[in-house]
Amino acid sequence: MVAYIIRRLIGAAVMLAVVSMVTFSIFFVVPRAAGATAEDFAARYVGKTATDETISKLADSLGFNDPVVVQYGRWVKGIFAGSEYNTGASVESCPAPCFGYSFITHQPVWPDLMDRLPVTLSLALGAAVVWLLAGIGTGVLSALRRGSIFDRAAMTVALAGVSLPIFFTGIVSLVVFSYGLGITAPGGVYVPLFENPVQWAYHLLLPWITLAFLYAASYARLTRAGMLETMGEDYIRTARAKGLPERMVVVKHGLRGALTPIVTIFGLDFGLLLGGAVLTEKTFTLNGVGKYAINAIVKNDLPQIMGVTMLAAFFVVFANLVVDLLYAVVDPRVRLG
Amino acid sequence: MMKRSGAALLAAGVALTLGLTACGGGGGGNEAAKDNGGSSAGGAQDAFNAGIDKVYNPSDKKGGTLKMAISEDWDSVDPGDTYYALSWNLIRIYGRSLVMYNPAPGAEGRKLVPDLAESLGTPSDGGKTWTYKLRTGVKFEDGTPITSKDVKYAVLRSMDKSTFVNGPTYFNDWLDLPKDFKSVYKTPDVNTDQAIETPDDQTIVFHLNRAFGGFDNFAALPGTIPVPKDKDTGIKYRDHVIASGPYMFDKVEPGKQYTLVRNPNWDPATDPNRKALPDGYEISLGVNADDLDNRIISGDLHVDLAGSGVQPAALGRVLSDPAMKARVDNPTSARTWYTSIIGDVPPLDNVECRKAVIYGADRVSLQNAYGGEFAGGDIATSLMPPSIGGWKKLDLYPTGTGDAAKAKEALTACGKPDGFETTMAYRSDRPKEKATAEALQQSLAKVGIKLTLKGYPTSDYYSLYAGKPDFVKKNSIGLATNGWGADWNDGFGFMSQITDSRTIRAAGNYNLSVKSPEIDALIDQAYVETDTAKRDELWAQVDQKVMENAFVLPSVYSKSVLVRGKGVTNAFVTGAFDMYDYLAMGVQQ
Repeated sequence: MVAYIIRRLIGAAVMLAVVSMVTFSIFFVVPRAAGATAEDFAARYVGKTATDETISKLADSLGFNDPVVVQYGRWVKGIFAGSEYNTGASVESCPAPCFGYSFITHQPVWPDLMDRLPVTLSLALGAAVVWLLAGIGTGVLSALRRGSIFDRAAMTVALAGVSLPIFFTGIVSLVVFSYGLGITAPGGVYVPLFENPVQWAYHLLLPWITLAFLYAASYARLTRAGMLETMGEDYIRTARAKGLPERMVVVKHGLRGALTPIVTIFGLDFGLLLGGAVLTEKTFTLNGVGKYAINAIVKNDLPQIMGVTMLAAFFVVFANLVVDLLYAVVDPRVRLG
Repeated sequence: MMKRSGAALLAAGVALTLGLTACGGGGGGNEAAKDNGGSSAGGAQDAFNAGIDKVYNPSDKKGGTLKMAISEDWDSVDPGDTYYALSWNLIRIYGRSLVMYNPAPGAEGRKLVPDLAESLGTPSDGGKTWTYKLRTGVKFEDGTPITSKDVKYAVLRSMDKSTFVNGPTYFNDWLDLPKDFKSVYKTPDVNTDQAIETPDDQTIVFHLNRAFGGFDNFAALPGTIPVPKDKDTGIKYRDHVIASGPYMFDKVEPGKQYTLVRNPNWDPATDPNRKALPDGYEISLGVNADDLDNRIISGDLHVDLAGSGVQPAALGRVLSDPAMKARVDNPTSARTWYTSIIGDVPPLDNVECRKAVIYGADRVSLQNAYGGEFAGGDIATSLMPPSIGGWKKLDLYPTGTGDAAKAKEALTACGKPDGFETTMAYRSDRPKEKATAEALQQSLAKVGIKLTLKGYPTSDYYSLYAGKPDFVKKNSIGLATNGWGADWNDGFGFMSQITDSRTIRAAGNYNLSVKSPEIDALIDQAYVETDTAKRDELWAQVDQKVMENAFVLPSVYSKSVLVRGKGVTNAFVTGAFDMYDYLAMGVQQ
């Protein structure tokens, strides 16, 4: 088990290194191959009226004239040893782990990401609880009452949930529940959990439900399909024959068997969400990692984009590792080694 | 639980969609559009355009918090590092420049009035020297008296373009600086008195390298807002700007929010221009644009700080509902959306071929592409918009749905009677520009001009693509969507950066097509002319030459649909920025 975890951790580190190289290449090598010069890169960081001389100086000071390998090495070194950046009147320190320094906002990337992570974590965790309860619950009930009105209604709503984009359901729910009925908070406010748990939940309730609506739909359909399959297995018949109560048959034997694909997909979904629930954060104006990513892309802020990409990659890789470990818990047939 | 929530959301969604469709179906041209002004003796009340040329809900009552929001962010709150009109509008609540635009409705708002200075500048030496006397008793937020040296330091620091990349370069270009001066950070000991003198704490004298009659407009730039040298932290000054106006920063969370509270050291006796009505400001950044509109409509927010108008999703609703329309103002901005016709690329190096493009263009479809009469603007007949001093209506080309006969005539004169092919660039992430390119492609195809459309991202549009002459020539880009807003509303403020061929450099150009020695010569004359009327006349001639040479195809003089927040007082659109005057606005208790 320990050897397995160590092996997986090494694999995860290699994967992150590969992601960083590929991302760096996309932003720094591909444009060069297409003819972009160091000055073209620097021109992104100057205003309307910069002269060629200013742009050229900036390209030098930002190191865009150095070979790409040197630039990548400097970026990697910053993660482990930190960096320093000259901002004119002062030299700004970017302590390790320095995932870059934005020359547009003049802030190091890592503290920005850590500042926004609690928002994304709160959003993802709350929504995950809602969608797991609602999605799996609905899926199980639909499977047990296959063909009933409940089953058909639940699957229709689930189809709607999968089909409707979050920027639509989000805006509509804000208009109806926040501005119309006044029962939920308008967007744009995040209260930290440890500052006021009630306000934290109040302001996140609508984003949770909206985000969960999207995911719950897929989970309901997935659970239903899994349950229909497992409930027809021989061991379920055996369990019933042993005289186990139906509830125990469904939860302990049926659901457990159906959970394996759910755990897999949950790991991926949750990992991706921790890298930024982009549309939900934008729709509800939550200053999380996702909204940070959008701003970075809109402004072409490469250090920020690199930072977000690495954080998202880390969460996906980490979530997959956890999922693999959970397999053993969920499915007794799986043994790690 | 999921089912109930889902059903409710679905029902709400369907209801809203139907509602919006119904609203949108009405279009903009209903009778309600004709209601106007409705002003009373004391000022305007709820009515369409009640905040244009007059004050809506005038009040001197202080108190409350004015809630503002913006869907993205702007360059900086540092007065030495900002180039956004909304920022120049807002900055007046926490900073005082030597001169400012009069906080008054409409054209009155374009007049310059002294702010930190006692009066407008006194020119001497034929307009090469400008002197200002500062008011006494003005202090920074920490109680330190403001002197002319703080203004000089602020101007000099703003000129360090490797540190402050965003602001304008007017002082860099026009001040008579010593050659060995690099910046206040790199060469702090170089004597700069030949450019700016401060003979005493209340006097500041600017020396220019050539005469310039409009220097008061430079003195109104945020760059003249004083900065205390001992508190300057370079690029980090934006994290704590030291206030000289009635409000100072309380919370600064970059990318998230700003809050401002009253500055206890601001003395209204030193400031005849500011009412300072709200007790504070809350400014949220990065708010979802559609949600922002909804929050203003519902009363949760007072102002969209961007001042560029509501999103398409809210447009139908606010224009077709009479109650909502009474909260709308529809000003024309000092901004023109146009297409640059680039003479570097054959056959557009021939003026007749360029004219053929203008004759063949369906101007109505271009107006629709930009959003129509209310949200887009009026069909433009020139590059210079009407709110710029000296503007004259030009009538060189038809403004209807295209004149195929004239276009063919021009094509024949150009030696391309069967038309020609060229490439058109547009900003791919701007739906209006994409629609413009498609509309032009359709209308020009009718006269034999075949356009291949290529979209490029806004972020690199000028630095890597349309604004880079090498790229333009290599990729045969003959047309490119473009747009420009005035730095301030006179010919220099609007035209100088987009019509002077000498501003064109290797990359990052905004002037994509206007290259004419004749126009450059007119601009030189305008620079040195100290008489405002004569100067305006010269800029009008520049505009005329641009159109005669068919360097641009103007689309619309931009208009915006602004919604007044519920409970705002003293609201009006200022002619200086063509958005609500953020300095004058208050909020009901």
